[in-house]
Amino acid sequence: MAPYEELILEHWRNPRNKGSLENPDIDVVEANPLCGDVVRLQLSVKEGTVKDVRFEGQGCAISQAAASLLTEMIKGKTVSELEEMKDEELLSALGGVIKTRLSCALLPLRALRKGLSERGKG
Amino acid sequence: MIDLKAVREDFPILKRTVNGHPLVYLDSAATSQKPRQVIEAVARFYQETNANVHRGLYQLAAEATDLYEEAREKVARFIGAHPHEVVFTHGTTEALNLVAYSLGEARVGPGDEILVTEMEHHANLIPWQLLAQRKGARLAAIRVTDEGQLDLADLEAKLSPRTKVVAVTHVSNVLGTINPIPRIAALARRVGAAVVVDAAQSVPHMPVSVGELGADFLAFSGHKMLGPTGIGVLWGRKEFLEELPPFLTGGEMIREVWIDRATWNDVPYKFEAGTPPFAQAVGLGTAVDYLTGIGMEEVRQHDLELTTRALEGLLARDYVEVYGPKDPEARGGVVAFNLRGIHPHDVATLLDQEGIAIRAGHHCAQPLHRLLDIPASCRVSFYLYNTPEEVDTFLSALDQVWKAFH
Ligand SMILES: Cc1ncc(COP(=O)(O)O)c(C=O)c1O
Repeated sequence: MAPYEELILEHWRNPRNKGSLENPDIDVVEANPLCGDVVRLQLSVKEGTVKDVRFEGQGCAISQAAASLLTEMIKGKTVSELEEMKDEELLSALGGVIKTRLSCALLPLRALRKGLSERGKG
Repeated sequence: MIDLKAVREDFPILKRTVNGHPLVYLDSAATSQKPRQVIEAVARFYQETNANVHRGLYQLAAEATDLYEEAREKVARFIGAHPHEVVFTHGTTEALNLVAYSLGEARVGPGDEILVTEMEHHANLIPWQLLAQRKGARLAAIRVTDEGQLDLADLEAKLSPRTKVVAVTHVSNVLGTINPIPRIAALARRVGAAVVVDAAQSVPHMPVSVGELGADFLAFSGHKMLGPTGIGVLWGRKEFLEELPPFLTGGEMIREVWIDRATWNDVPYKFEAGTPPFAQAVGLGTAVDYLTGIGMEEVRQHDLELTTRALEGLLARDYVEVYGPKDPEARGGVVAFNLRGIHPHDVATLLDQEGIAIRAGHHCAQPLHRLLDIPASCRVSFYLYNTPEEVDTFLSALDQVWKAFH
């Protein structure tokens, strides 16, 4: 019984960067209405670089672990690096995700892209 | 007693493995597996008798029509009805949309009331929502108690002379609750309301007789009762079917057509527009033969045995929360539950690794899940081919899931 990489379970038990920021530059919520997974991402961005990031959410282990891992991956990155981030980067960092659960794993990335595009427009 | 070994031999899919384990299929409430008798009947129809029904003047078409009508007779006998009261649809969903539309046109006006329940599948909710909006009628829901039963006092309080329809599920596809349709129908009749029963989870699993239920309409799906997909049934009382206007229109459902008007065919054909799913109907007839051969009382007892075993096992585990009645006699073969703090999708994915297929989600019953205050649940459901050993395999796999997360 091990389709969930230990990494996923570890992030699920001990989420990184969980919580909220005082004055985030990006504050975005994305959900999977079909399964009730929700992720809220907050980023503070200084001179085009992610200085800090937090997430909150509820849902399955894959979506929440992916959110936790994503926060680690994006801290210190530039906005243009984030804009170019591919699905594959997150999926392989998670150690691979079975295909029935890709939409769970990619939920936080969808949140990030939505946040970046809203900021771009604003 | 069901001869489980012989029954399982009839279901080819049960021989396959999933992720290296024998398939343990615990999602028959979503769709049932098919016995080879049904698979072969459909194949034989296509190979030997295929022709459009009610149209051709040649031998083949006559044979196809006979088989189609024979299937209607089998289904009618199965639920204690007259064949002219059996309308073939493409499934429960279409059947319920048909009633909501046609009954709505005939009987529902501004200020009238439609009663549903808080435990309905979306198929027995959304059509009524749209009808209420179209007609300016009011939609209200009968309360579900903490024990997962319909609150009949609430039903009585909500019934009024303005109530035109009471639409209720016979067996909840989440809570498993068997609702007391004869009582509900008697109460509804007092105010002259039509009673529409979603029997998607009851007709496949227990003896159902329309005479005993006392309802006016009954809807169910072939694919949940060993039959093919794409075939369903709407049973309706003759007086109603004759009174109601058609729903889908086109070929087959007409008698005479002019450019600007038409007259309707007799029931049930008035409600069967276009080429019907006749090969699927033949398959459903064979499924009915199969179930009748086993005996619906036997099917019910078998479901009950497995549900009792599953409920006992789940209730004995303190990390599990079970929804619906605690008494297995009060349920169909459906049990919804959650593992504390673990999302149902994670449970389903992990069980799948062991070859165990369960459902996880809101099971097309979002209002009920909102009431239970959970985003989703896990659900196991049983049928005549499941074994007590499979229930045990499932229960011990749950322990493994719990361990993996802690
Ligand atoms: C209680 C209930 N009603 C209606 C339906 C809809 O049936 P179908 O999808 O076959 O139209 C289902 C099954 O999905 C059900 O369980």
